[in-house]
Amino acid sequence: MAYDLSFAQDVYKNSEMGHWIKMCKQCGVCAGSCPLGPHWEYSPRQLFQLVRGGKKEEVLKSSSMWMCTSCYNCIVRCPRGLPITHIVHGLARYASVKGYADPDQVTNRFATKIFWGNIVSTGRVGEALLTMRLYFVDGLASGIKRGLEMKDSALGMLMTKRLNPIPIRGKIKGYAGFTAMIAKAQELEAKREAGA
Amino acid sequence: MADDQAAGRTILVVGGGISGLTAAVEAAEVGYTVLLVEKEPQLGGRVSQHFQYFPKLCSPSCGLEINYQRIKNNPRIRVLTLAEVEAIIGQEGDFTVRIRQHPRFVTEKCTACGECGKACTALVSNPFNFGMDQVKAIRNSHAMAYPNWYFMDADYAASAEARSLPCPVGAIDPDMTATVLEEKVGSIVWATGWQPYDAEKIHPYGFGRHANVSTNMRFERLANSYGPTAGRLLRPSDGKEVKKIAFIQCAGSRDHNHLPFCSRVCCLASMKQATYVREQYPDAQITIYYIDLRAMDRYEGFQKKVETDPGITWIKSKPARIDEDPVSKDPIVIGENTLTGIRYADSYDLVVLATGMEPTSATTARVPGNNAAYDEYGFVVKGGQVLSSGCAAAPLDVAGAVQASTAVALKAIQAAAKRG
Repeated sequence: MAYDLSFAQDVYKNSEMGHWIKMCKQCGVCAGSCPLGPHWEYSPRQLFQLVRGGKKEEVLKSSSMWMCTSCYNCIVRCPRGLPITHIVHGLARYASVKGYADPDQVTNRFATKIFWGNIVSTGRVGEALLTMRLYFVDGLASGIKRGLEMKDSALGMLMTKRLNPIPIRGKIKGYAGFTAMIAKAQELEAKREAGA
Repeated sequence: MADDQAAGRTILVVGGGISGLTAAVEAAEVGYTVLLVEKEPQLGGRVSQHFQYFPKLCSPSCGLEINYQRIKNNPRIRVLTLAEVEAIIGQEGDFTVRIRQHPRFVTEKCTACGECGKACTALVSNPFNFGMDQVKAIRNSHAMAYPNWYFMDADYAASAEARSLPCPVGAIDPDMTATVLEEKVGSIVWATGWQPYDAEKIHPYGFGRHANVSTNMRFERLANSYGPTAGRLLRPSDGKEVKKIAFIQCAGSRDHNHLPFCSRVCCLASMKQATYVREQYPDAQITIYYIDLRAMDRYEGFQKKVETDPGITWIKSKPARIDEDPVSKDPIVIGENTLTGIRYADSYDLVVLATGMEPTSATTARVPGNNAAYDEYGFVVKGGQVLSSGCAAAPLDVAGAVQASTAVALKAIQAAAKRG
């Protein structure tokens, strides 16, 4: 049982939207509203209370903040107006920066490798490729199984021109500017995190 | 003598609920002239809709009756019902107010004998019971209404039947029209009270969509022998006895999406309503979902008393949503128990939403002109021309409203005594 008394203060200061955690009144409406609720180790309410209690290890090693699908149900219902979705994503990022996040955790892998790689390589989200890599994230067999399960949806989306099966080739116009922008953002973030 | 000093100076009290009644009788009984204006056909306000008071669990009718007696016996109080203040001109000590008197279609000759009601064939949704039953289009609001004169709905007054209704004293007048009167007053007490927060706005709880999701004020009417079920606690969908019931606290309160403040009475009201259930059904299971229990002021003793009931389960949780079983119409309350961290989905016969008090001064009873100061929630506060009292000033229980209104009566006397 370790309590890190500086943990909460650091989260308030350095985790995105972390200062909102102070406002939580522990009503539990977020936990009950979450469609993935039963699959979380800790509900948002519990995560926030653990932060306030200085339970650094429990929070940062938990997979809970990686489970959020950004459905925004909790934000809509939170009686105190906490931007819960953003706080939770902030905690995921914070855990990642602090070196606690499991790089093989599926959402982490998707966010930091697959999605990021996809977008920085061309400057745009290549949906077909991204979807494919997501489907095959756990290997070939489960990818094919998933694909077959979803084939009706995919066909429907094709028919209504909501899905382009042919990956768009090439980079966006002004790709050099895009990479410069990303590099600058990373530099600013690194500076901020070093100062923290 | 106070009488001489008050000559020609009148105190206008707007709102005939418990706060306005108190301010009116307190000011009149020390010699001031009072004009009491009420927008409904009869006095009593929200209190008259209640079944019992906490903590003594007595009927509000006795307190109201005492106040009505004090009004009846006091020639200094003039009561205008079905009336609204349209304009306020001037300043403290010298106001001119314009009051619109809506037609009652029944004159003061009415003896409330009920002959007209027997002959009336038109049924309308009953606002006094929140539309849970139907009443005659010519009626009294409730059994101990004051003034005890019938009134008629305007739509019905235009019908042919309204002209042929029997009346032994000739009190029915379907041709009555609205009148506007101007009055000189020295000070104004704004006591327009509250309305239950509209539970349909709390979308995840399904009030209005789910048959067996009710509200605390509706539950008061269910428990009342003059209510839609003649006092029996039966659920709306099928009339089944309410043996498994949940109360949800802070439904639309302390919530930035709804009323951001605590109404201070709802926890105690639900505890009180739990005793209604226990009285009728000794074996009923009662669950109270709460964020924190707030037994304000002196009322912790009442909470301790209710807590001795072993049939009440207290769950620390703000439920996330309410579903409905499509077949049984049982409401299913879903959320996380914050003491155990365990998620629940519990079904009940009936769910009562403990909704809070919305000041009517925020919506339908704004003070005309720039004569009032409001706080961020719409309560009338210090800083304007009118003095506010009771739940127009802050959410209060009945005892608190009576105390506050007695104090405001004194302020109103001081203000009226100012030379214009």
